[in-house]
Parts: sequence; C-alpha cells; structure tokens
Amino acid sequence: MNQSEHHIVPIKTYFKVFISLLLLTLLTVVVARPVSGFDAGIFNAFIAFAIATLKASLVLAFFMGLKYDKKQNLVIFLAGVFFVIIMFAFCILDIYSRIQVTGSL
Amino acid sequence: MSTANTHTHTSHLAHHFQNLEHQFAAAKLGIWLFLCTEILMFGGLFVGYVIYHGIYQEMFAEGAKHLDWHLGAINTVVLLLSSFTMATGVHFAQKNESSRSLLALGATVICGLIFMIIKYFEYTHKFHLGLEPGRFFHFQGAEHSNLALYFSFYFLMTGLHGVHVLVGLGLIIWVMFRTRCGDFDANYYTAVECVGLFWHLVDLIWIYLFPLLYLVG
Repeated sequence: MNQSEHHIVPIKTYFKVFISLLLLTLLTVVVARPVSGFDAGIFNAFIAFAIATLKASLVLAFFMGLKYDKKQNLVIFLAGVFFVIIMFAFCILDIYSRIQVTGSL
Repeated sequence: MSTANTHTHTSHLAHHFQNLEHQFAAAKLGIWLFLCTEILMFGGLFVGYVIYHGIYQEMFAEGAKHLDWHLGAINTVVLLLSSFTMATGVHFAQKNESSRSLLALGATVICGLIFMIIKYFEYTHKFHLGLEPGRFFHFQGAEHSNLALYFSFYFLMTGLHGVHVLVGLGLIIWVMFRTRCGDFDANYYTAVECVGLFWHLVDLIWIYLFPLLYLVG
C-alpha cells in the first residue's frame, strides 16, 4: 500500500477555485462603504464577514483538501473555531453586561 | 500489507508506522492540531478586535482611512495567487514531476516576497507619519483621542501574520532544497503537503484581516 490512493486534485479545479477567490475579493471591495459608498447599515460588517467566510471555506475545502480528507482533520479545525466562538461569546457577555451596569467599561 | 517489509519505498518509513499511508495521515493530523492552535492564537486577537470595534466604531473607521485599501487588495490577490501556486506545487509533487513542483514553489516564494515588500512600504509609511501602536503613537491631528488603539490592533495582527509569512517562506525554501535533492516522490511528499497546509492557513488569516482592517467604516 502506498500513497497512490491519495486524491490528486486536477490543476483545473485549483484554477477555478483561484478565480472564484479573486471574484469574491472583488465583491468584498465593491460592497465596502469606504470604497464604493455602498451602505447596508448594520449589515456592512456582516456582509464582509460572510464573504470572507465563503472564501475561507473554498481555501479549506480545495487548497487544504478538507473536502477529500479524512473527516478527523475537519473535526479538529471546527473544534478550533468552536472554541474561538466560545471565547468570543463570553467576552461579549462580560463586556456588554458591564457597560449596561456601570455605563462605561 | 501490514508490515514494512512488503513496501517498495521503506526508506522514509519510521518503524512505528504500519505503512507510508499511516505515517502520512499521522503527520497531517499533527499539522492540523498545530493549525488549530494557530486559529486559537489569532482568534484571541480577532475577538479583541471585534469587541473594541463594536465599542469605538467611528475611531476604527478613522484608523482604516489611514490605510491604503489598494495595497491591501493587491496583497490579497498576491497571497491568493501564492496559495494557488502552492497547491499546484503539491499537485506536481504527487505526480512525480519535481521540476515543475520546484517552479510552482519558487513562484510561491516570489509571491510571499512581494507581499512582504508591500507590507514593508506600508509599515515605513505609517512609522513616518507617527501612526504607531500604543504609547509610541505620535500622529498629530487624530480625530479620536484613542486612535492609537486601532494601530495597536493593526500592527499586532498584521505583524503576527507577517511573521507567519516569513516562517512560511523559510519552510517553502527548505522544501525546495529537499525537492532539488530528490527527497520527494509520489510515495513520499509529506513535508510539501504539510508546509502547504501552513501556507494556506496564512492565506486564510489574511482573507479575514483584509476586510477587517482596510475596509471598515
């Protein structure tokens, strides 16, 4: 048994992913208020974050091969993200509840 | 198939692995665990950034105005291209085409260098204006008195990312040397794959840094 059973992703696929990433970067710039004046109010940051996450998913799935990989690597990655979300949630709770009580930080 | 003796390529196989496939999977698992710690390290900075951005939205928008989003966008394209060339480098290593792999890895190094050169010009320009982090901040004419906080985040996040780019470049050059020495083939290219994963993570982090730092407001 050797590594011949490894999934070799065609260059064409990588190239399509690269072009998609470029287009999404263009979209990021176009919907940014400081650049184009486009304003979705409180959703500005949300849109930027959503596009970035879509780009990150493409990099993870194809360039980093999680789509073809053993599921354990995906689980490890998601565990890292999960703990960042926990850290984020408790920090937000702490800071904003403190502002509510004392009126400042 | 369970013992090492049956393999044609045993030179790279450590005795405590059943076969090369087993060894490769273990190495990759280790790299993913390491990438997980990287996500946690940058995650702390991102959490801090998001919280302070929420509190001082206008100050962060003022800070972002001092950055040139064109340079940020160029650097984004350069890093995306480098990720593409890195992926093709691994692809050619998988197909035993080491000279093409070497070319792709070389292109990746050049992209990384372009990224760092652009960052160097951005940094020196900020230093020149006095837009420095924390107590080193001495820019005259800031609209918000705590603008230094934005630049603390800017320099910490891009600085830590820049260190990762430099480390990544060193690793790719090391992999290039080993490729030239003929260390890798379709059966054994673990180092190429793992360095590639690290490089893609560096790209991944920049994908978030670009809109967060350059395009807020």
